[in-house]
Amino acid sequence: MAEKFLFYVFALITVWASVMVITRKNPVHSVLFLVLAFVTSAALWVLLEAEFLGIVLILVYVGAVMVLFLFVVMMLDVDLAALRAGFVQNLPLAGLVAAVMAVEILLIVGPGNFGLDAFPKPEPLGVEVSNTRELGLLLYTVYIYPVEIAAVILLLAIVAAIRLTLRRRPDNKAVDPAQQVRVRKGVDRVRLVKMAAEDVAPAAVDKGDTQ
Amino acid sequence: MIELWNSLPVLIQILLKITAIILPLLGLVAYYTYAERKVIGYMQVRIGPNRVGWRGLLQPIADAVKLLMKEIVIPTKADKTLFLLAPMIAIAPALAVWAVFPFDEGLVLADINAGLLYILALSSLGVYGIIIAGWASNSKYALLGALRSAAQMVAYEIAMGFALVGVLVAAGSLNLGDIVMAQQGNLFTWFWLPLLPLFGVYLISGVAETNRAPFDVAEGESEIVAGFHVEYSGMAFAVFFLAEYANMVLISALTALLFLGGWLSPLPAGWIEANWLLGDGFHWLLLKTFFFMFLFLWLRATFPRYRYDQIMRLGWKVFIPITIVWILVVALAVVYRLPPWWSA
Repeated sequence: MAEKFLFYVFALITVWASVMVITRKNPVHSVLFLVLAFVTSAALWVLLEAEFLGIVLILVYVGAVMVLFLFVVMMLDVDLAALRAGFVQNLPLAGLVAAVMAVEILLIVGPGNFGLDAFPKPEPLGVEVSNTRELGLLLYTVYIYPVEIAAVILLLAIVAAIRLTLRRRPDNKAVDPAQQVRVRKGVDRVRLVKMAAEDVAPAAVDKGDTQ
Repeated sequence: MIELWNSLPVLIQILLKITAIILPLLGLVAYYTYAERKVIGYMQVRIGPNRVGWRGLLQPIADAVKLLMKEIVIPTKADKTLFLLAPMIAIAPALAVWAVFPFDEGLVLADINAGLLYILALSSLGVYGIIIAGWASNSKYALLGALRSAAQMVAYEIAMGFALVGVLVAAGSLNLGDIVMAQQGNLFTWFWLPLLPLFGVYLISGVAETNRAPFDVAEGESEIVAGFHVEYSGMAFAVFFLAEYANMVLISALTALLFLGGWLSPLPAGWIEANWLLGDGFHWLLLKTFFFMFLFLWLRATFPRYRYDQIMRLGWKVFIPITIVWILVVALAVVYRLPPWWSA
């Protein structure tokens, strides 16, 4: 009973937050509502006893990906008026695309494919079953090839992104920290010079006499 | 007494337990600020606060009252909702994390299997308070502070996460209580020794995650006034302060728990029977936590602020490679049952 109540609370917040994501004028607000949608989705997963997935969703998407997203969106100088300029003339096409996609989603996510007949209610596992352990065992035995292929694709994306943005800048004055650390005291930094004492300035001598 | 406790509804019991954790924590945080001013004062050959109460002991209370009475100024054109929401977003994860923290064997509010992951996930949410505060303030300094802090926290979170992966490999569990019990033995079976590089990385990343000196570029008062909370006043500012200190207490307590055997006693088994004070118990955890809390203040009084590009270099180019290599080392040691830690 309490579980059902919690499900409806989180589900309603998720739907509401998702609607807010696409209707807010300010992109920063949109991103923050997306974060809220992620958090409540994670709560829904925890209700399904998939606590590892739920926590990882928060850790990876909310804790890292969305932070960088927010980072970029905040730095953008968004011209809100320009964004909405073509709204009316693009509306028919956008509406058509939205309708097609909605129909597609409904065809897949209908009771035919996802009802209780297709997926009978799973037996709840005992508390002694560790979600993390079971997932790890599956990922690194049965699904080892998909995991490795995904890992290589991600590595490729990282290398490509770095290659695209990496450029040598001749005006860069960065110092190699290894060289900085190896600096020798008294040789590279400070030079001590021996010199004879200078004569005391005459004005100072006068003042000294009067005291 | 126990009958009365059992007769209460479960919800009330949980609420009472939460109160029993949060109230002492907030008291500790209040007196941590006092300790900071005193410790740094003595390190700089000053006396520190000594006017309110005996030796200035009532200073935190006077500060709290002062901040409560002050007006909360909201800057023009600031995003009012987000501006007021930011301090709450900052402090909520800092307090919620304590739900899975074991204070002694079996003495924990929620004994969940994925405790370590929960802590990692919640502490990664703390950065939102800072970013939202910086953006909603509608101030250049605040935005700069928020951006610096976001980049820094994302960088050090990875190193911190990898250090925790090492702990989880060594302990074979994500449950914090099990992690402590896996360190049982003596001073040298605690994880600080086999995981020494991870211990160092975790501690330093913890300082960076809490935006404390020498990693306090997010506040950097000599460069950007006070960074993300420059526009905050009164209690809204105080809540940010509370969140920062609660996070410091948390990092200290976690370091004690994960690397220094938590509530386990460092003394040999023979001594433990002699007196309960020498045996395992909450007081050892407290002692270890206080040591790391002192370390935070010591670091602040000792080191100048890191340069921004050096912070990034340390996080990405030094810490992350160290942790990855050491995870491999630990994994091999566990697989080949390296004595004395994994001989059983």
